[in-house]
Formats: sequence, C-alpha cells, structure tokens
Amino acid sequence: MNTALEYLRENRLPHIWCPGCGHGTIMGAVVRAIARLNFDKNKVVIVSGIGCSSRAPGYMDFDTLHTTHGRALAFATGIKHARPDLKVIVMTGDGDATAIGGNHFIHAARRNIGITTIVMNNNIYGMTSGQVSPMTPKGALGTTAPYGNIDRSFDLVQLAQASGATYVGRATTYHVPLLIDLIEHALQNDGFSVVEAMTPCPTYFGRKNKMGGAVELLTMLKDNAVNIKAASALSEEKLKGKFLIGEFVNKSEPEFTNEYAKMVEQVQRKFDTFQGGLRECEQNSD
Amino acid sequence: MESQKKQFKHTIRENWCKGCNICVAFCPKKVLELRNGKVFAARPEDCIGCKLCELRCPDFVIDIEEIDATIKKVTDANQVDYCLPPEAHQ
Repeated sequence: MNTALEYLRENRLPHIWCPGCGHGTIMGAVVRAIARLNFDKNKVVIVSGIGCSSRAPGYMDFDTLHTTHGRALAFATGIKHARPDLKVIVMTGDGDATAIGGNHFIHAARRNIGITTIVMNNNIYGMTSGQVSPMTPKGALGTTAPYGNIDRSFDLVQLAQASGATYVGRATTYHVPLLIDLIEHALQNDGFSVVEAMTPCPTYFGRKNKMGGAVELLTMLKDNAVNIKAASALSEEKLKGKFLIGEFVNKSEPEFTNEYAKMVEQVQRKFDTFQGGLRECEQNSD
Repeated sequence: MESQKKQFKHTIRENWCKGCNICVAFCPKKVLELRNGKVFAARPEDCIGCKLCELRCPDFVIDIEEIDATIKKVTDANQVDYCLPPEAHQ
C-alpha cells in the first residue's frame, strides 16, 4: 500500500484541487517525510490559513487547524508556545505567507520559534480566480494585472534568510525526492524552518499566461531550476532567468520556546531568593 | 538474464485519477498511458520501479510494488513440479 495513505484521511479523498495542481504532490511529500521520521500522529499539528494550499490539513490525519487568512503562523506560535513538545507544521500559500501574513512570517523567523513552514508557491491567488500575489513574476498576467504585472516579486529564500530562519530550502514539484529530503531536514531542525515548494497552477497561472497545462508548466520548472551545488560553477549569464533549488541555510540557533522556559526558570529562582530575603528581614527584625 | 529482471505491480485507483498527464509525460520508460482520461499501465514489463509517478502524482492514484521473484522460485525439491519443462518457469 502507498505509504502516504496511512497518514491521510482516505474518506476525504479525492481532493478538490484542479487536475495537474501540485498541491497534492506537496501534501504527499510532507506525509512521506513524516513517515520517514516515524512521528507519532498525535504529536503533530498541521496549521493552515486560507487559500488553495490551506485545504491540505483537511486531508491529513493529524491534529489539524484551518485558521484565518494569513494568520496560520500566529495560531501556530500559540500552539507551540502552549505545548512545546508538539511538532507544529504550517502549510501556507504564497499569498497567505508573503502578503496577508507577511509580518507574521518575518517575525516568526526573527523569533526562531520551532515551526516548520511549507510555503506552496504557485505564483498566484488560485482560490479567488487568479489575482497577482507578491510572488507573481514581473511581467506575468493575472486577473488584476491584465497588461502584465509591473511589481517585482519576493525571493522567499532571501527573505527568510534575512529574517533569521535557521533552515531554508526550496524545491519544486518536479524535484519531489529533493522536496521530501528538504522537508525531512526541516522537520529535524529545532528552529524556524522554511521550505518553499514551487508548484504549477495550470488553471489560472498557466491558462492566463498561455503557458499550457500541467506538463508544460512542470517542464518549465524542470528547465529553469538550478541546484545550488551546481550554481557556483555557472556564470551569471547562464544563471539569468533561472532560480536556485536545494538547501540554502541549515544552522542551529537558540530556539524561542527553550529560551522562554529558561527565562521562566531564571525568574522563578530570582523570586525564590527574593522570598528568602524577606525571611531574612523577618529574622533580623526579631 | 530475463528471469533476473525485477517485475513491478501497478495498482491504480482509477476513480481518483483526474487525467492531468503528469505521470505519463515524466515516466522515464514510458510505461503509463491515458485511456478515456484515466491512467493505466500500458507496458508494465518495462517498469524499472523508480516510483517517480507515485511521488509526482498529485492525487495518490498510483502504487508501485515489486513482485517478489524469490517467492515464485521453489528451492525445495519435493515441491518442484517435474511435469513442467524447465523453460516454463522463465
């Protein structure tokens, strides 16, 4: 039997995503990474916001939470804070993470709280019929940019890196074995870890930009992706118009909930000595 | 040589398939094909078991399992059917 199905709510499948949408592939990669690490189902929490990507927790057989738009990381911060022993995974879209939840994203990264964030980047707001998002490439068409998008897009890897995330990786739905490896490493990292999974949106992005269906979009992802290990040997001209995939950052830094527990302990000790001081005063007054 | 080649079984949940063509287009051995908008294993004997279709399928349609060749091969002399010619086992 398919190993992924053990971690999915089979009675909810087939899912509602469009034919060729890569969100199902990413969901499969997440459950396969969890299966490899043998996590207890009751110790994993999946949190999502709003959007196509955020349908994923509904199909996954863990403790799951579907929250308000952009606030998945805020809810996840609360869960991690209350129960640091749980493994908290946030599955979010590009609009959810970088536009509406942009502030939550950079501050969760700055805080280095132990949450694994999987950003499913399909370059567009798919659920609401294809408006441009902060991840839409310059010049691409969308329903709110009928003559082409003039804004530049975010580089999520650099954004996460600069905000202080301790694990940053990027893969595409064409490079699934790499995606599973990256998610596995991200889950093993204690701090805030980000994996950007690039996925095609054939229904809105592909059709609006006349790029073809799922196969053509996946072929484009395959042709334009350069592994970071190979990139150092290539000239800048060759790297023009390409994007890097692979593991960008993997370091360990003090994690927020650990630091918080330490601080609580410290304050409690201070309070105890303070009470001791009171006792001393009483003794002196005698 | 032929008997050493690994064989793989394709289990396909047709009712979940949306016919997106991803598995058909990216199979390195061109094993899969679409029939009436649903995937099916047209040449299962060519399969090398890379499982990329299983990993890439967004709808969890395809399962690939190796058919264990060691089970078929009987080593106990009592259980060998000598009525069959040795070529028949291949």
